[in-house]
Amino acid sequence: MILTATVAIPLAGALFLAFGPRLPDPIARRFALATAIAPLLLLIGAWFRFDPAGPQFQLVLDVPWVPSLGMGFRLGVDGIALAVAGMSALLFVGAIAYPVDTRGMARQYYAWMLFLEMASLGLFLALDLLLFYVFFDLSLVGMYFLIGRWGHGKPRFAALKFFIYTLVGSLALLLGILGLYLATEPATFDMRVLIEQQVLAGSGALAGLVLLCFVIGFAIKTPLVPFHTWLPRAHVDAPAPASALLAGVLLKMGTYGLLRIPFSMMRETFAVWAPWLAVTALVSIVYGALVALGQADLKRRIAYTSINHMGYTVLGIAVAGAMLEGNEAARQLALTGAVLEMVAHGLITGSLFLVAGSFWQRGETYEIDAYGGLAAQAPRLALLTIVAAFASFGLPGMAGFVAELHIFVGTFGVYPWLAAIGLLGIVITAALFLQMLQQLFFGRRPRRWADFPDLDFNESLVLGVLLALTIVIGVYPGFLLDAIVPSVRWLIGAG
Amino acid sequence: MPIADLLPELVLLAGAVFIILFASFSSHKYQPVCAGLALLAIGIAIVLAIMQGGKPPRLTFFDVWALDTMAIYAKLLILASGAFTVVLSPRWMATDRRHGEYYALVLFCLLGSIMMASATDSMELIVGVLLSSVTGYPLAAFHRAWAPSLEAGMKYFLIGALANALLVIGIVLMFGLTGATGYPDIERELERHADPVIIITALAFVVAGLSFKLGAFPAHAWLPDVAQGAPAPAAALLTVVPKIGAAIALTRFVQLLPDQLEWAWVVAAFSALTMTLGNLAALWQQDLRRLLGWSAVSQSGYALMAIAVVDSSDQAIPSLLVFLAAYATAGFAVFAAVIYLRGRTALQHYRGLARVRPWTAIAIILALLSFVGIPPLAGFFGKFLLFRATLDGGYAWLVIVALANTVLSLFYYLRVIAPMVFDQPPASISNLGRRTALAMLAATVLVVALGIWVQKLIEFAVR
Repeated sequence: MILTATVAIPLAGALFLAFGPRLPDPIARRFALATAIAPLLLLIGAWFRFDPAGPQFQLVLDVPWVPSLGMGFRLGVDGIALAVAGMSALLFVGAIAYPVDTRGMARQYYAWMLFLEMASLGLFLALDLLLFYVFFDLSLVGMYFLIGRWGHGKPRFAALKFFIYTLVGSLALLLGILGLYLATEPATFDMRVLIEQQVLAGSGALAGLVLLCFVIGFAIKTPLVPFHTWLPRAHVDAPAPASALLAGVLLKMGTYGLLRIPFSMMRETFAVWAPWLAVTALVSIVYGALVALGQADLKRRIAYTSINHMGYTVLGIAVAGAMLEGNEAARQLALTGAVLEMVAHGLITGSLFLVAGSFWQRGETYEIDAYGGLAAQAPRLALLTIVAAFASFGLPGMAGFVAELHIFVGTFGVYPWLAAIGLLGIVITAALFLQMLQQLFFGRRPRRWADFPDLDFNESLVLGVLLALTIVIGVYPGFLLDAIVPSVRWLIGAG
Repeated sequence: MPIADLLPELVLLAGAVFIILFASFSSHKYQPVCAGLALLAIGIAIVLAIMQGGKPPRLTFFDVWALDTMAIYAKLLILASGAFTVVLSPRWMATDRRHGEYYALVLFCLLGSIMMASATDSMELIVGVLLSSVTGYPLAAFHRAWAPSLEAGMKYFLIGALANALLVIGIVLMFGLTGATGYPDIERELERHADPVIIITALAFVVAGLSFKLGAFPAHAWLPDVAQGAPAPAAALLTVVPKIGAAIALTRFVQLLPDQLEWAWVVAAFSALTMTLGNLAALWQQDLRRLLGWSAVSQSGYALMAIAVVDSSDQAIPSLLVFLAAYATAGFAVFAAVIYLRGRTALQHYRGLARVRPWTAIAIILALLSFVGIPPLAGFFGKFLLFRATLDGGYAWLVIVALANTVLSLFYYLRVIAPMVFDQPPASISNLGRRTALAMLAATVLVVALGIWVQKLIEFAVR
């Protein structure tokens, strides 16, 4: 029930905003905020009801939807889903609370935000493969309209490219789902059954092709190099809160899907191909960091660091799935790190994109070189940006560090060489963020920013909460690990 | 003679005859009454058709007429489409002095398509195709004083004349080979002595002939013209209804072919060609109705996927039926929106529609997204079932072609959606009456509801 409400409340809110009475803009915003807080509270409630020692999937709801296809409205959580969904719900609250120019269409804007929240939370909570796909596609529709209508620059082109490119990914995913589904007897989309049966184990080339479909589908969403080219355009032209959600929540659909579907349901085939996936992830890590270093545009730079960070996550997943048994300790570390990285990246990069939005609202440009010397002028902005940037390149004591440490220690146990090269990524990220901070906040201040306003209360509050949580996870990751680790151990077969 | 088995069709026939007589002897003021009469006839036919369901499949009337799930499902679909057409027509046709007989033509057109879907005899099939064609030509050209409408009718007629001739040649070849016109006899004879060369030739002719009604390659060229030039309600009818009849007719026909004959690749090739051609041609259209016409061509390509695997997958027929239902609802939703907007058709005239006419914009967006196959709309399940059946039948390459086509199609559907939502609206937009709006909303609700309650649709299709 609690999970159904988590998905249903944002949907009801979206429909009310879209088709209900014509609320004035400030009321629409407050209504949307209240609606977005509800799923967060519900998920916190679910967190307390979740028993780490209990079965893998809990709070399960299973209502037949299309029984003749074996499709059901199945929701349920393990520790991983809870962590990612909880982070998403929080980020949605932040994105909705963050001030943005809705161009006189606040109702529609917040309706689409809530619609997107429904799709995102539904995806993370789904225990049915086809239901997962339904939410996966709906998230594209929501993001398409958000970018196209409230974006800047060339929003329509960005939205079109985003929708078409990621639809290719979702169709690859559909093909994979069909491949898996047709091999299942009796036909069902129930993830629990599919994980248990491992239907394609030992079926050779077919399993390889199905895995390829899944990996391409999720690699486009994640995105992994070379499927990342839709990302910078979409990020730069999207309104800042939508960018934050795109990076913080929608990219997680790729890695979460990789973990939930091919990793769990085709363990044997995944193990065969894991080294290749790990190498691709490594390419994303290094390439993403290098390209980010070369960007003069604030949002593009953050967007490319996303590619780098999602590379760490995929590396962790690939390492964890590299073998069916043996080396449990390292694999457990890697997968735990991957899950932590999803949460950390959502909070940190979400914050960074919101910061970028604040820059846009004040300066109407994302050129890093256009700013300078703002530390004295806007101390709160400077402080929060610096914290977010430090968190992003993995300063100890913050969530990113815990996650990356787990991933790299795990990787050293399985693919030591890859870990060694991957560490380069962290060095480059540190360089690019430090250079960015220097340019934005220190040095000479151009005259045009003489009355550059500091962050207002709403902005500071949202960023403050998101970043405080990053520090909490960095200092005391135990509260997350308690829920994540049993699920991770179950997934890698360590009991 | 088991006349009772033909009751729905007889009701349509009687209704059409009565409408012609009534229209001939009544003044312009009373012409709209014919719409009510047509609706009544369709309503009665629907009730009678529902009563035919629930019994084991059988052939009736000297084995020339099928009463099975396919036939009854298609019949209901065709009749419901007819009802939508009739509801959408009166306001559109109001200025036409003699539009009473239009409704008779609609009823005959429905009857022709029902005959195609139910025929289990090649002569019967020809009669159905011809009835549906000869009523289609005047329907397409019903705006007698408007050149594009006449052009559409003429093009429809010329291509139709050729395609129907090809169909007859194919059927004559089949007759020459087997000495029979009834499907059970043909099937038996073909099992006994199959000459693959002649069968494949006959098949190619029949596929080419039926492709005309299906709106598939190679006889698809009329569809965009009719979609653009015919009276908009008739365009909705002609892009949907004959397709349903022809798809079922082709399904029945290919099932006759002997198992050892490799015929499926012929249909699969036509399928791939049709969807690719339709989508490529639709990409840069500047006219919404023309674009919908090309998109209707590509949808025929998807329907052909199911026909290609009808022997190798037992899911093929239910998938085809669900797909056709989803296609028909979305097709009517979007055409109803066009009609509601008084047939405005240039894409640029749709700028900013979402702000001035949000419900109409929603109808168009949902219908187009259903064509793309975005879940949980009806079109998604239609396509999903088709893909499943096609993979199951061993035509993975065809599924990949279809997936690539889905991406292509998203591009041009977004070319419609983007200006509607993102641009500034024009000063004012006039529309066409409450009844049209209601029909549009009904079709839109169905696009969503048939997706959410697709279970009912599937249950009905596999019965």
